[in-house]
Amino acid sequence: MLYYLIRRSVSLLLTLALSTIVIFMVMEIVPGDPALIILGIGATDETIAALRQQMGLDLPLLTRYFQWVSGVLVGDLGTSYTYSVPVSELIAERSIVSLPLAIIALTLSTLIAIPTGILAASKRGQVTDTGIMGLTQLGIAIPNFWFAMLMVYIFAVILQWVPAGGFPGWDQGILAALKSLILPAIALALPQAAILSRVTRSALLEALGEDYIRTARAKGLTRSMVLWRHALRNAMIPVLTIMGLQFAFLLAGTIIIENVFYLPGLGRLIFQAITQRDLIVVESTVVLLVASVILINFLVDITYAWVDPRLQSERG
Amino acid sequence: MRYLKPATRHIAKGALALLLSSTALQFAVTNSAIGAMKNSVTLGMSLEPPHLDPTAGAAAAIDEVVYANVFEGLTRIDRNGVVKPALAESWSVSDGGKAYTFKLRTGVKFHDGTVFDADDVKFSLDRARGEKSTNAQKRLFKAITSVDVVDAATVKITLSSPAGNFLFNMGWGDAIIVGSESAENNKTTPVGTGPFKFSKWTKGLSIVLAKNDGYWGEQKVLDKAEFRIIPDAAAAVAALLAGDVDGFANFPSPEAIPQFQADPRFTVMVGSTEGETILSTNNKKKPFDDVRVRRAIAHAIDRKAIIDGAMFGLGTPIGTHFAPHHPAYVDNVNKYPHDIAKSKALLAEAGFPDGFKATIKLPPPTYARRGGEIVAASLREVGIDLEIIPVEWGQWLEQVFKGEVKDYDLTIVSHTEPQDIAIYANPGYYFQYDSKAFQDVMEKLNATVDTEGRYALMRQAQNIISEDAVNGYLFQLAKAGVWNAKLEGLWENSPVQANDLTEVHWKE
Repeated sequence: MLYYLIRRSVSLLLTLALSTIVIFMVMEIVPGDPALIILGIGATDETIAALRQQMGLDLPLLTRYFQWVSGVLVGDLGTSYTYSVPVSELIAERSIVSLPLAIIALTLSTLIAIPTGILAASKRGQVTDTGIMGLTQLGIAIPNFWFAMLMVYIFAVILQWVPAGGFPGWDQGILAALKSLILPAIALALPQAAILSRVTRSALLEALGEDYIRTARAKGLTRSMVLWRHALRNAMIPVLTIMGLQFAFLLAGTIIIENVFYLPGLGRLIFQAITQRDLIVVESTVVLLVASVILINFLVDITYAWVDPRLQSERG
Repeated sequence: MRYLKPATRHIAKGALALLLSSTALQFAVTNSAIGAMKNSVTLGMSLEPPHLDPTAGAAAAIDEVVYANVFEGLTRIDRNGVVKPALAESWSVSDGGKAYTFKLRTGVKFHDGTVFDADDVKFSLDRARGEKSTNAQKRLFKAITSVDVVDAATVKITLSSPAGNFLFNMGWGDAIIVGSESAENNKTTPVGTGPFKFSKWTKGLSIVLAKNDGYWGEQKVLDKAEFRIIPDAAAAVAALLAGDVDGFANFPSPEAIPQFQADPRFTVMVGSTEGETILSTNNKKKPFDDVRVRRAIAHAIDRKAIIDGAMFGLGTPIGTHFAPHHPAYVDNVNKYPHDIAKSKALLAEAGFPDGFKATIKLPPPTYARRGGEIVAASLREVGIDLEIIPVEWGQWLEQVFKGEVKDYDLTIVSHTEPQDIAIYANPGYYFQYDSKAFQDVMEKLNATVDTEGRYALMRQAQNIISEDAVNGYLFQLAKAGVWNAKLEGLWENSPVQANDLTEVHWKE
């Protein structure tokens, strides 16, 4: 197990180091001068030069890269060009929206997907199975922003149960905050649940077809005992993989849903920063996200090893 | 995704119409109950200001929050575009228009409690024109040679040459007066002299202003004003209908306007802006250096199709670079009527009987992206084959606007700076238009102070650029405001980009 952990950690760090270079280079190659964007079309050349100097953009590329990376290493993510506040502050403000949203959405999706997936697998070929699979098809096919808008019109405009968007902040009470997050969480969760449900079903069916299941059945275990005791655990690996990917997506890939509900989340922060060429915000935020994705994958890997002890001894 | 959106909106609207009719009454009741009690306003805006210091950025969203609300200048521009006294009570002009003596208001305090006086004026103007200045409109201060404190309530500003626009320039958001103690932090915690003080900014979501009890003026203002950032047009519609916001001074989606016009709970106010939306043309690049080609383009453009198609009918056609609501405006719309035959004839005369190929770079705003497609379709009719290249603002600024080589043929952009015709006098400007006749008129305009004389020169200037068909003149950007029918006092037009809240109140 220890060897496995060390090997994983090394590849984690290498990936992270490589990603800083890629992120930095990509942002530098994209055309668009941050100073020009801030000052607009009425600015004189000398003003633009003054601002570039103030922002440190006149320094050579390598110097800036090392300044940034060494800052990130000690936890200093830099200061936003446009907002003029520390990037870490911006990320913290956005994370208290994005993180709970991702967690709620993932929880909802798991709560929906796993039971329906198991149910569909256990009733394979029956009406329940066909029904659930039909619904998941629909869940994948319906664009989530469209579904989100529909929910807004029903629950915010007509019934007025929840606000149409925005986020009051956690200081306004947990209930008020949850009210703002529930529709976006549902909108995010449904397509994810649909995918996860299908994965659960097929993983389970595959496991149920294995030899050891036949052996277990031959020993006299009932269908459902076999399913719960043997098949489910073995089916968890692909399910966990998908869940890991989904959580990573939910952290920042939710820009469209954040737009529909005008939530101040991480996705919108990055999007806005890219259009304004707030390079430092994009670079630092993306690197942090990459780090968290790598970390999540790392955790998923460890969970694999726990679920499937064979992986621990695997070498090469 | 982008292409799906409008269609989805229609479906959603259809569903909404069905459901709304049954619940409209219930909604109206709750809504009016809130309206009667409250003394605050929540306005939506589609772009978030990058920061809140109007002296350090060009983003219109900055002024839309703080101009006249938090910050004030020596003068101010009112809702009709007229220069009014603000922190300067009165002024006198001497030395042939080269010296302005401002008499300042006394008893004015900044929000942090410090006293406003002549030193702050000197500090602010010297900061804006100084070497390290990052003021986006530094040129406004170019004519100033010195700012002298006569006494605590008197400032004398000396100019290198007479500048007829000086009082107007001092009313821009970029020329507001800041406190020397607080100026450094204005980006995040703005401190001004206005009727509202900054209260809270939740980045990505909202900016809250609170009433300044120590305000020098007599206006009765709201207790609280909140600007809520709602970037998505469909979300803006929903937020208005759900009552989350009281209005949008600039409603982002023209296609939803008829829906609100038909709804008695809302006031829809379509006004004018300072935004001349033009088909900017690279006047140095072949074949656009030939005036006949530019005139051919002018004849090929179908303004009505653009305004109807891209803006859902909102916008006033223009024939020159000037706001139609300005008293000196010259209506040159029919100088080059939409005439395919004439356009083709001009092209043939210029040596392009079969037309030619060119590119059009379109920045992100709807007017440009949608308008560009219609322009391309119109020009195809006369044989000009345009390749459409969508660009981001960053790319647009770098490729089209700045740089030694202006890397573009045509582009569409709205020039929103007030009274900015003088940009045509700069041959280095991205149009690359170099006309001695025009530059002479501008020089005269700068030296003219009397209104009638200035208007005559402005008219002359407008006619020169129309005659030369420097750019394709499309339409004046409209300002479509949608707000709760009980809300009064918001601006109909935007002579400067601002949401002046000083007269906003709820009707009984």
